[in-house]
This record gives sequence, structure tokens and C-alpha cells, in this order.
Amino acid sequence: MSPVEISEGDIDRAYASLKKDAAEGGYRITPDTEFARNLIRGLLKNEVRYGYRACPCRLASGKKDEDLDIVCPCDYRDADIEDHGACYCALYVNEEIAEGRRKVSPVPERRPPRSQRGTPGARAVQTVSAGATVLGGLPLPVWRCRVCGYLCAREQPPGICPVCKAKKDRFERFI
Amino acid sequence: MVLEHVDGKNRGTVMLYALSTCGWCAKTKDLLRELGIAFDYTYVDLLDGEEQNKAMDQVEKFNPSGSFPTLVIDNRKSIVGFREREIREAFGT
Ligand code: SF4
Repeated sequence: MSPVEISEGDIDRAYASLKKDAAEGGYRITPDTEFARNLIRGLLKNEVRYGYRACPCRLASGKKDEDLDIVCPCDYRDADIEDHGACYCALYVNEEIAEGRRKVSPVPERRPPRSQRGTPGARAVQTVSAGATVLGGLPLPVWRCRVCGYLCAREQPPGICPVCKAKKDRFERFI
Repeated sequence: MVLEHVDGKNRGTVMLYALSTCGWCAKTKDLLRELGIAFDYTYVDLLDGEEQNKAMDQVEKFNPSGSFPTLVIDNRKSIVGFREREIREAFGT
């Protein structure tokens, strides 16, 4: 695979929109601008070579359905910010780190290894059957955003998560 | 596998498995350069199918989570992630 070049202008634009979305959703981005720009370059490279913004710090398979959990913002962001103060790449950080009161330290990988990953489809089915036994007979299914945990009861998940802006394909059937 | 070599002091076999897009991988590489250690590295995301699989098997041998960067020293010891202090200590600096 040949390396992909991304222009500084593209990074500027992506950086600005990422910052805006983060602020609107109550998230913070690393105060280290150069580090952030490098990660954003990685996200844009991945968008070119895979067709989606796979996490720059993880090896993407190139198959979107296998990589949905690591499309940025990934399924693991919130838990890692909670436990370690930063997402795995340290693009998103907590307030303490954003304000320079604490340094980022390495975040252990939360994503299961290749051999234990299973397909997203299998994971969704499990969730449905577990919920269905307890709460069958609801008039509508309940969908959960895998990125931020937003729940809604409707026929289909929304096109875009109203809280974190994740796309429809990041929702799973919760109940 | 495509290996890039960086010249420096010989401190045994030092192999860095990295991704071309990862921030912590870049920091690890910079640190090794700063320490002036001779090392090899490969960007696993730039390898093709079979080569990539083989590289992942190697990474997982030392780091079952298969994450990056994975630094392998003398085919024995591995340091996962940008752990600056551990890396400095491993090379006695
Ligand atoms: S939220 Fe952080 S760890 Fe998750 S994909 Fe984005 S940059 Fe990577």
C-alpha cells in the first residue's frame, strides 16, 4: 500500500470541525496541537485508504463492518476517558488533561484482540436475546448508541446520534 | 516484511512494530532516535495481506492484545505503548 499524502489545509478544516463537535458534545481535545494534527492526518489518511475514519492508533482491517467499533470516535472512547483521562490515541481527553493540570499516560488497549473479536452482528444478536427475555412485549425496540450510550425507543435508530453525532450504523438493538 | 533500519549504537536486536498513523508510535520512534539506538521498524498498516498477518502473529507473540507500538528487544523483552521511562531504562539511559 503506498502512503497517502494529506494537505495541511485538509487538516485545518478537519481539526476545526472536530473541535466544534467535541465542544458541542461536552468532549475535550488534547491541548497538544501538533499531536492532535498528526492524529487527524492519520484519520484523514484512513478515510482515503479505507473509506472511513478508522482509529489512527489501531490496525484497521479495511472491512467496515469489522471495524465499526474503531471508527472515530470509537466505542471505547468514553470508558477510556473515564478510566485513564484520555481515549486510546489521546485525541480526546478529560478536563484535567485539557487544561494542562495532568499529563497523559499510556492507555491500555480495551478492544479485544483479533482472536476474540467476534462479528458486530453476533454481538448485537446477543444483546437482543438477553434483553428480550427480560423485557419482551415492548411496543418499540430500544436502540443504543455504541459510542455514547444514548438510548431511544423507535422503529429504527436515528440517522445521526443527537448526542455524539455517530452515524446510524453505530447503533445496536439494546432491548 | 519491509524493515526500515535506523543507524545508531548497537544495543542488541531492537524491533519496533508501529503504525504509520499512530501518534504514540511516532513518539516511540523519536525517542529511540534521541537515544541514538540502532533499530529496525515496520509500519504494519502499510504491509499487504499475508505480510501483515505474519507481522501481527509476531506482535501478538510478545503482546497478546496486538496493539501498537510494540517494541521487542532481543526477541525476548517487549514494551507495549509509549512508556518513556521503561524504554529509557531498557537501554540504560
Ligand atoms: S476516539 Fe480516540 S481512540 Fe477512539 S478512534 Fe478516535 S482517536 Fe482513536
